[in-house]
Amino acid sequence: MSALEPTTPSAPQRAGWAWRPYALTLPALLLLVAVIGYPLLTIVLRSLSEPQWGLQNYAWFFGAPVNLTVLQRTFTISAWVTVVCVLCAYPYAYLMTAVGPRVRLVLVLCVLIPFWVSGVVRTLSWVILLQDSGVINSLLRSAGFDGVRLIRTQTGVVIGMAQVLLPFMILPLYSVMKGIDLRLVQAARSLGARPSRAFFTVYLPLSLPGVYAGAIIVFILALGFYITPALLGGPRSTMLSTLVQTQVLSLLQWGRGGAMGVVLLIATFVLLALAAPVMRSRYREAGRR
Amino acid sequence: MEMKPLTRLILGLVCLLVAIWLVAPTLVVVPMSFNENKSLAFPPQGFSWQWYQNFATNPEWSTSFLNSLKVASLVAVLATVLGTLAAFGLDRMKARPANLLRMLMLTPMVVPGVVLAIGIYAVYLDAQLVGTLTGFVLAHTILALPFVLIAVSANLEVFDRRLETAAASLGAGALTTFRTVTLPLILPGILSGLLFAFATSFDEIVVSLFITNPYLKTLPVQIFSSITRDADPTVAAVGTILLFATTILIGGGMLLLGRERKGRV
Repeated sequence: MSALEPTTPSAPQRAGWAWRPYALTLPALLLLVAVIGYPLLTIVLRSLSEPQWGLQNYAWFFGAPVNLTVLQRTFTISAWVTVVCVLCAYPYAYLMTAVGPRVRLVLVLCVLIPFWVSGVVRTLSWVILLQDSGVINSLLRSAGFDGVRLIRTQTGVVIGMAQVLLPFMILPLYSVMKGIDLRLVQAARSLGARPSRAFFTVYLPLSLPGVYAGAIIVFILALGFYITPALLGGPRSTMLSTLVQTQVLSLLQWGRGGAMGVVLLIATFVLLALAAPVMRSRYREAGRR
Repeated sequence: MEMKPLTRLILGLVCLLVAIWLVAPTLVVVPMSFNENKSLAFPPQGFSWQWYQNFATNPEWSTSFLNSLKVASLVAVLATVLGTLAAFGLDRMKARPANLLRMLMLTPMVVPGVVLAIGIYAVYLDAQLVGTLTGFVLAHTILALPFVLIAVSANLEVFDRRLETAAASLGAGALTTFRTVTLPLILPGILSGLLFAFATSFDEIVVSLFITNPYLKTLPVQIFSSITRDADPTVAAVGTILLFATTILIGGGMLLLGRERKGRV
């Protein structure tokens, strides 16, 4: 590793060039300020200044029951998606650590293929699958469940979103599980713990950082989802993103749309701040290893 | 961990179901694309190539496809250059400012798409960049930048900087050192960054939906409006083509990664 021996010999000779690394990041930073920083600032300002200066847009947002319903629904759907992802990803990631390299390659490919296939195309697939004349409904009908509605319902949105987000849960979980020392589980067993007890008292707590990291990522991404709910959802499963889009594009209410966007942005960054300590401690662990 | 045979069986079954759930939905576009009727109802009827023909001949589809190729190629180059420069800069900075700047540069990954989209749309309306090539390239570049940064940084982390010192001590100038020592060793990272950047731009939809206009549409925008407008199996044909194209791209990427791993050992 290069970190073992710092490159001191060349350091004095480069002393006059201390600004150079900053110069290298400058073009990217300028673009970042112009295409992310300035637009976000514009949105914050508009939410506070249109039609006049003040907090009226925020008062409107938190005052209208419709908006609060959508806000609550956005969090509920995201929570369901996160739960589904954790439940599906946990056994899957565990199996990835337990099998031989060949099967593992197949399992990894199964995770990466959907990761790589165009997001719009994947949502299109779900439209085809979930529509009233779709595959899943024909299967359900032949099994005797008639008239189950999936498209334009919250269930449909959760199924579609969870599939899109599952890789973001599996990958961090796998990277944590890979590092768990299985001899600890053996030790618990040799001291008389039954397999289930060994799992719940030793393995599960050790894997929790992975669950936590994956869940936060999935939840944050789910909060801002736009395409999947727009295509799979109906009026009763509208999420915050769709509301923002309606306010801005259809009603030209930049102030109100902006206020909603700012709320979404703040929620995202608060969650990230909550997750940061966990992630950092994981990095430190990785560094020690 | 030891498991009872029953637990093992259940675990295997659950994982099989999850794997099917991950992969199978994507494949459903393939049979739909050969549908004889203009419908997306399952199961498809008959067999025909007409939707592929429509994709190739209908200017709405072929133009948006060419637009996407154009935008994604420009984005791949621009994002790779900016991202690689930034990754180098961060690698050679003190840890504290480097971490701060890195976090800043990764923000495009976590800012909710719609929030970013209305912000960029607002700015573009003022700057008259809506529906322009420049507008698309700039917006997609900033979204692709984090992926390049991550790919190149990962490579720089395992790069042994003493090799540069060695080259310098043997009389090579900074540029020669970079060209003959540094660049070849981190090339896999740069190339996978390039690939990621291209894919990000080619697939980007949320921001594109806002900054598009009838004069400049990218393929995802065209797919989206087609899905919301009517049940046209051309989208299934496009989906199938994209599916095969990405599979080939992933294959290429995997080969690169495989080479890189072998080189490192």
